[in-house]
Amino acid sequence: MSNQNFTGSKSLLRSLEHEGVEVIFGVPGGAILPAYDPLLDSPIRHVLARHEQGAGHMAEGYAMATGRVGVTWATSGPGATNLITPLQNAMMDSTPLVAITGQVASTAIGSDAFQEAYTTGLAMHCTKHAYLVKDADDIPDIVHEAFHLAATGRPGPVLIDIPKDVLNQETSWRKPTLAGLPGYRPTYEGHPKQIKAAFEMIEAAERPVLYVGGGVIAAGASEELLKFAEQMNIPVTTTLMARGAFPDNHPLALGMPGMHGVYAATTAIQRCDTLIAVGARFDDRVTGKVSAFAPEAKIVHVDVDPAEIGKIHKPDVPVVGDAKAVLESLNERARKLRSEKAAPERRYWFGLIGGWKKNKPLHYDQLEEGPVKVQHFIERLHALTKGNAIVTAGVGQHQMWASQFWGFSRPRSWINSGGLGTMGFALPAAVGAKAAHPDETVIALDGDGCFQMTCQEMITAAVEDIPVKIVVFNNGGFGMVKQWQNLFYGGRLSASEMPIEVPDYPALAEAMGCVGLRVTHPSDVDVAIEKALSIDDRPVLIEVVVDPEEMCFPMVPAGGSNDDVITGPEDLP
Amino acid sequence: MKHTISVVVEDKPGVLARVSAMFSNRGFNIHSLAVGPTHIEGRSRITLVCDAPELEQLQKQLHKLVNVIKVHEFDSSTAVVSEVMLARVACDPGSRGAANDTGALFGARVVDLSEDSITFEVAGDPDLLQAFIDHMTPFGIVDLVKSGRIAMKKQSNMRPAAVSGMSR
Repeated sequence: MSNQNFTGSKSLLRSLEHEGVEVIFGVPGGAILPAYDPLLDSPIRHVLARHEQGAGHMAEGYAMATGRVGVTWATSGPGATNLITPLQNAMMDSTPLVAITGQVASTAIGSDAFQEAYTTGLAMHCTKHAYLVKDADDIPDIVHEAFHLAATGRPGPVLIDIPKDVLNQETSWRKPTLAGLPGYRPTYEGHPKQIKAAFEMIEAAERPVLYVGGGVIAAGASEELLKFAEQMNIPVTTTLMARGAFPDNHPLALGMPGMHGVYAATTAIQRCDTLIAVGARFDDRVTGKVSAFAPEAKIVHVDVDPAEIGKIHKPDVPVVGDAKAVLESLNERARKLRSEKAAPERRYWFGLIGGWKKNKPLHYDQLEEGPVKVQHFIERLHALTKGNAIVTAGVGQHQMWASQFWGFSRPRSWINSGGLGTMGFALPAAVGAKAAHPDETVIALDGDGCFQMTCQEMITAAVEDIPVKIVVFNNGGFGMVKQWQNLFYGGRLSASEMPIEVPDYPALAEAMGCVGLRVTHPSDVDVAIEKALSIDDRPVLIEVVVDPEEMCFPMVPAGGSNDDVITGPEDLP
Repeated sequence: MKHTISVVVEDKPGVLARVSAMFSNRGFNIHSLAVGPTHIEGRSRITLVCDAPELEQLQKQLHKLVNVIKVHEFDSSTAVVSEVMLARVACDPGSRGAANDTGALFGARVVDLSEDSITFEVAGDPDLLQAFIDHMTPFGIVDLVKSGRIAMKKQSNMRPAAVSGMSR
């Protein structure tokens, strides 16, 4: 179709509609302006964020809650640079994202024009791929390729930079193709030989443990994982990015391993004879000191990204493939075998694990007179919502406690910044998740330090009618920073404390169009939660004034061996 | 350890930047780099010599770049490796004859001449170029530039020395 007024902008909107986009999170500005005009006539919803970083995290929250590609756009220069954090965040956590940025006119590129930045260059290290569109006729193919790249193989962010004159260029739209990607061929099916070798190693194991990462959620492989774990009778650890991939109330669930992981999960990996890593990348927060990680184990490593295999730890059996496809193949073998013989009982192994669970459980003391402990609040929130919510988190102590104490039952109900550790992620990610699932309860669990980084997105939530719940655990500072200073810097607190009274969070919430509540005493907890859950027409913030001295345990000091878990303050010298 | 790697890429803007950025990003050093089009329209070849303790991770990271089509490591025994060098050697009319004779031994071509220098173009495998440098050093090398190594997989069993002898 071609007509006189059909421009690059219209082609862009048409392409986004063709990809099934239902919402764009963005902020307008000069160079992206042409794209905002046809947006008025498009069925695509636009959520106007109050900062491009917020827009980017919203798109990530949307993507993580749905598995679909999240879309954000911004203008050139500062709009684009503000998107860099979300792009890197999505890169680290393999979140499918398409970011579109306006660029100064082609003729002005390289002239240090107003609001010019070398966006594709800046994005080079924090995207799976970045396009600079030079001709509006290429828009349909480039958008289609970008969505394909973002969603397939190991998902990730893709950027499309479009100069303003290209957005205004007269063009036509045609059905796009993928002809332009000769070098991109992700491997989904595991090699049969490797699958056979992996299965034989797993079947022969006496003390196996599954080390499940975010790849299982990305691949939508939770059901296959459950089947495999049950057929083989193997305990399951779920990393920070995989919380929810396996139900926490399942007898085989051990929870999160690693630096702040559950003792039984961390220790099961240390003592296992066969470690089955699926969609996990041996992150330093999981492994601790790599040379001391899982020292007795033979390792099977399944990942869709061949570069992850052998990057940190050389596996005995590498399997390049998608978690779902590979687990299906393993399940097929397991099914055949089980018709001949029952799964091993592993009495000795489960005996050991049971002992660790019993003797070194997660624990905290909630005194009746207060102060409120974050862990207690999270457990009450879980109880009163029956766990029926999507939970997002920022980064730090509250994030670890949320991961530890929220019993997850389904994938995509836990949304956090795992790899990059981006403070300020919780609120905008919750807005994105709620935009995707308006009928679900979406709760941002945040710390006061994190919250102050993106709190203006409360306005977005209020104005755009996206009624999320926000919990700000206020311990008057950067809790995890303070914890490290207390443990490793002789208690010299440097720039980690902030006045607990400023800002007045409920007042801030009210000023931004939300409902503001405050909890200072354990007896207020249930009342506040029930009130927050009863309000559905506006976002609600609960400030929970919590114990500023509480430290997050278990803990393996950075670079230490996972054999040396500090399970609580009682273990400190 | 030094490796010679060929990377066939789509000839698209920013490809070289991505490839070289990946090296610095992952902490690998590039020693030499040669880029040019192949006989196939839209495809270029980047030939790199780099320092890496092991190549597997590097190759995988290269493959992750969307515009990278093929990655191949050359083994010196199964590849023809070549490089072009321009070398300006100091010499007065008295020593010019000796410098010229030495150059001739390497099949070097004189491409420029002045009162106090003679400039050679010499092409061949890296060992030949190094030997040329070693023999010219006593005269005094004033300036030197190398094109970067290029390579191609061999289809025969001929030793490189035998082949280069044949070509002269």
